[in-house]
Amino acid sequence: MRATQNQGGDIQIRDLQVEFGAGQRARRVLDALDLTVVDGETFGIFGPSGCGKSTLLRVLAGIELHWSGYIRLFEHTLELRTSYRGSLRRAVQMVFQDPYASLHPRHTIERVLVEPLQVHRIPRPRRVALEALEEVGLPATLAHRYPQQLSGGQRQRVAIARALLLKPRLLLLDEPTSALDLSAQAGILNLLNRLKPRHPMTLILVSHDRGVIAHLCDRAAQMRNGRIEQLLDRAELSQE
Amino acid sequence: MTAPSPLLVVRELSVRNGSSAAARTIVDRLSFSVHAERVALVGESGSGKSLTTRAIMGLLPAPLMASAAELRFDATNLLELGPRDWAVLRGSRLALVLQDPRHALNPVQSVGHQLDEMVRLHGAYSRAERRERIEAMLQAVGLTVRVLGLLPQQLSGGIGQRVVLAMMLLNGPQLLIADEPTSALDVALRDQVLELICELVSTRGMGLLLISHDLQQVARYCDRALVMYSGRIVDECAAAALPHSTHPYTRALWSCRPSGRTYGTELPVLDPNWQIEEPG
Repeated sequence: MRATQNQGGDIQIRDLQVEFGAGQRARRVLDALDLTVVDGETFGIFGPSGCGKSTLLRVLAGIELHWSGYIRLFEHTLELRTSYRGSLRRAVQMVFQDPYASLHPRHTIERVLVEPLQVHRIPRPRRVALEALEEVGLPATLAHRYPQQLSGGQRQRVAIARALLLKPRLLLLDEPTSALDLSAQAGILNLLNRLKPRHPMTLILVSHDRGVIAHLCDRAAQMRNGRIEQLLDRAELSQE
Repeated sequence: MTAPSPLLVVRELSVRNGSSAAARTIVDRLSFSVHAERVALVGESGSGKSLTTRAIMGLLPAPLMASAAELRFDATNLLELGPRDWAVLRGSRLALVLQDPRHALNPVQSVGHQLDEMVRLHGAYSRAERRERIEAMLQAVGLTVRVLGLLPQQLSGGIGQRVVLAMMLLNGPQLLIADEPTSALDVALRDQVLELICELVSTRGMGLLLISHDLQQVARYCDRALVMYSGRIVDECAAAALPHSTHPYTRALWSCRPSGRTYGTELPVLDPNWQIEEPG
C-alpha cells in the first residue's frame, strides 16, 4: 500500500493518543490508534458509546487539539496543538449529530449558509447558498426561516448543505441521523448517496448504528476502548 | 393465554390541544385493548403514541386535554379518578417506564432511597420486609445491592434503566407501559433490556404496552402491533406478521431501515414534499 499514486489524498493516522484529565484521573480516550482512509472512499466508524469514535472525528476536524501522534491529511502533516490554517479550513467540514444545536437559533437559514461563503470570499454568496439548498432537496422559500421552524430532517439537510458549500475534500459526519426518525433518516441517507458522485470527496461517518454504516460505507472500522478492533470491507459489511 | 376480560380498554380516546373549537386534534378517536399480552404501539415522532400513553396514565401536560368514550384499567374507570386515586394506582397496579432513566430518577436521592420510597408509598411493610423485596427485585433485573448507595448520575444508561424497571415492578403491577424504554441506550444493550422486560412481564403474567418506533424490535418482542400515524391507528396485525403487512405506511416503515443489504439502493421515504412541520 505504500507510495501508491493516490497517497497524496489519503488520510493517515499513526499512534494517535488522546487523554482527558491529568495525573491519576487521566482517561485515555484514544489509545495508539492507527488508521488509513483512502482518498475518495466512504469510511464508517462504529462502536459503543465512550469508545472514542466521536473524539477521533473531532481530532480530524481540528476541534480537539490535545492529541499526540502522527496525522497526515492529504498533503498536510498536522502540527500538534495548532488550529487549522489556510486551505485546510475549507478542506475539512463536519456535520454534527444534533441539528437542533448545530445551527444558530437566531440566524436565518440564508445567513447560516451565506456566512461561510463570505468568510472565504466566494463570489455571489446568496445565489450559491440558494443553489445549495436546492441541491439538498429544500425549497428556496426556506431561506428566510429560522432553524426552529424546520423539522429535524430539514435542519440536518441545511447542515449538510452548509458543509458542502466550501467543496470540502473531507466530510466528517458525526451520528448525522441518530436524532432523526427512521423515515427522515432514510431521506438523509438517500441524499448522501446522491451527493457522493457529484462532490468528489472522502467521507468519514461515525454512527452507533451498524445498519447505517453498512448501508453507506465502502469500508468500516469497529472501535472499542480507544482502539480499532476490527476493519470490515464491503463484503463483510454486506453481511450486516 | 388471553384473560377473559382485557386489562386495559381504550375506546375513542382523543387528545386535543386546548378545549376551543379551533383546538388541534393530536390523537383522534383511538380504540384498542390490552390483555395479559405484549402489545406494541408503533409510529414515528409526532404520531401521538407517547401522548396516548400519557392520556392513559392521566399525565397530560396542561393545555392538552383527553376525552374518551371509555378508558378502563381492569375494573377501574380512569376517567373518574381524582388526584389521590391516581397516586394510589400509578406505580402500584399500573406502571410506566420512560425513555431516559437519567430523567426518570430523582438526581439528588440515592437509588436505595428511591426504591424504598416506592414500596413505602404503596404498602405497609417493615423495614426488613422492604429491604427483602428490594433485594429480590434487584436480583430479578440482574443488579446487586451495590447500586443502592449510588446516585442516578453514577449509573450507566443500561443500569439506570434496570433500576427504573425494578422500581416499577416492585409493587407487582398488572400492566407495564414502556415508552421507548431502549431508545436512549446503546444498541448492544437494547436487546438485553427488552429481553429482560419481556421475560419479567411473561413470568408475572402481566400486560405490556410497548411504545416504539422500531418495527424490527417490535416484531421480535411483541405479540401484537398497532401502527399509528398522525393520531390514528392505521394498521393492526400480529407483530410477527409486520414484515408482510400490506399497508403502505407499515411497509415503508419496515423497509426504510438501512442495512448491509440495502447498500447502493434508494431507501423508501414517506413524505417527499418537504413542507414546514411543527417542531417537536
